Amino acid sequence: MTINEIQDELIDDFAFFEDWMAKYEYLIQLGKELPLIDDRYKKDEYLIKGCQSKVWLHADYQNGRVIFTADSDAIITKGLVGLMIKVLSNHTPAEIATSELYFIDQIGLKEHLSPTRANGLVSMVKQMKLYAAALNATRN
Amino acid sequence: MCTMERTAILEWFDVSSVREDFPILTRTVNGKPLVYLDNGATTQKPRQVIDAIVNYYTQLNSNVHRGVHHLSQLATDAFEVTRRKLQPFLNAAHEHELIFTRGTTESINLVASCYGKAFVNTGDELIISAMEHHSNIVPWQILCEERGAILHVVPINDAGELDMDAYRSLLNERTKMVAITYVSNALGTVNPVKEIIALAHAVGAPVLLDAAQAVQHLPIDVQALDVDFLAFSGHKMYGPTGIGVLYGKEKWLNAIPPYQSGGEMIKEVTFAKTTYNELPFKFEAGTPNIEAGICLAHAIDYLTELGLDNIASYEHGLLEYATHELLEIPGLRIVGTAKEKSSVISFLLDGAHPYDVGVILDKLGIAVRTGHHCTQPLMDRFNIPGTVRASIALYNTREEMDTLVAAVRRAASMLV
Repeated sequence: MTINEIQDELIDDFAFFEDWMAKYEYLIQLGKELPLIDDRYKKDEYLIKGCQSKVWLHADYQNGRVIFTADSDAIITKGLVGLMIKVLSNHTPAEIATSELYFIDQIGLKEHLSPTRANGLVSMVKQMKLYAAALNATRN
Repeated sequence: MCTMERTAILEWFDVSSVREDFPILTRTVNGKPLVYLDNGATTQKPRQVIDAIVNYYTQLNSNVHRGVHHLSQLATDAFEVTRRKLQPFLNAAHEHELIFTRGTTESINLVASCYGKAFVNTGDELIISAMEHHSNIVPWQILCEERGAILHVVPINDAGELDMDAYRSLLNERTKMVAITYVSNALGTVNPVKEIIALAHAVGAPVLLDAAQAVQHLPIDVQALDVDFLAFSGHKMYGPTGIGVLYGKEKWLNAIPPYQSGGEMIKEVTFAKTTYNELPFKFEAGTPNIEAGICLAHAIDYLTELGLDNIASYEHGLLEYATHELLEIPGLRIVGTAKEKSSVISFLLDGAHPYDVGVILDKLGIAVRTGHHCTQPLMDRFNIPGTVRASIALYNTREEMDTLVAAVRRAASMLV
């Protein structure tokens, strides 16, 4: 599936949630279930500094695709991180670098991408794209 | 306080008429009535202050201390009324001991910079505490680096109280400043400032109190405390943003050089030599925040009319009630359990990050602060990433405390 197809599928999934509680319970569940990153990458060099919750991000390049793994110390952030990875991981650097993330807005979680939320998510998305752009540049 | 006394105070204070003075409290957030418990960050403003802001721009707007024209006179008079009201509010000996700044941070920076230039030299020692806000740490660190001085930190116990024995042992004839918070913004601890000041004076050291979290919660008498410098912000005491106060004893303010230079702070300027203006203008270079300065008077009036003793008793009743109810929640731990506390409940839920708790509370219309509260060394001391902080103001109610407790229970059921 393309990045946009995954985004559209998530938007459809989230349309089933009736209220914020259900949405957040799903995020929390997602956060709890996903063992997102190998412990050896939970080091400062992989840390994306948000003001309050920490996010660790690691990228692997395999067979022309970027595989992201990540984690957070806050469970709601971790759930959101999980969504980002669902959308962006396992695509080519070019696809990731040029992608436009519209799903967060459409599933009603836009506030979490506001810089004032200080959860590290904005920096994480930026980092994912930078990584992809850098890979893209070296390959060209 | 026993339950009966607590209930009596909560019923006697007419909070519903107080709430009518604060228009913002009627709004909703995420479809829920706003429960505003982030008062440590900033308080809401009563209509009296809001009206004064509108009145300023519709009737008075003009620069102060400059013009001979009518409006400038009116604005200057109104601006100086605030200083006149601050004097009895703090029981300062003189009006000119009250300097307007942009806020607590600037007040502390002013003292660190100007007092530092005049009195701190290589090998001198300064004392702060483990519970200081970054704004009462960093200016002193910078000063120490510049002057080759040594910064000592008074440790705290697990309840969040200062280790007074350690404090005594740090004081000596090389101590040049003790800078301590009156009330901790992250823990709510009320420090024994009178004793701290007396001990510092015994070795000849002046004391600066960070009163940003004190001035809106308890009566302050700078002469009874014998404090040398005291700093606070307008916006945390129901006044406008962008105005703060530095109280300094006349002898210190005369003994230290000006902070910034420019207009207003001068007496005479020639290219050979400039003489400085007298107090307080020596420290008020440039055009001040006139609107905020004028309107702060209305916040002072508001607090004075309600009475800070009454406010302190009412808020303390809420603090004790909320503390008691929150502790009923399994896995909830309060960070900061000092015997003397004011208006702040910092807590953690076992197994939940403070950020997550804050997100859920926000969804339920409750505004709290989460994170390290600009006290990273303090969070490190407790080995925690941060806390959820509910900070109480005079317009909060017992029902809001119940709403908070129910919301924390809900957050716990979702997160833990």
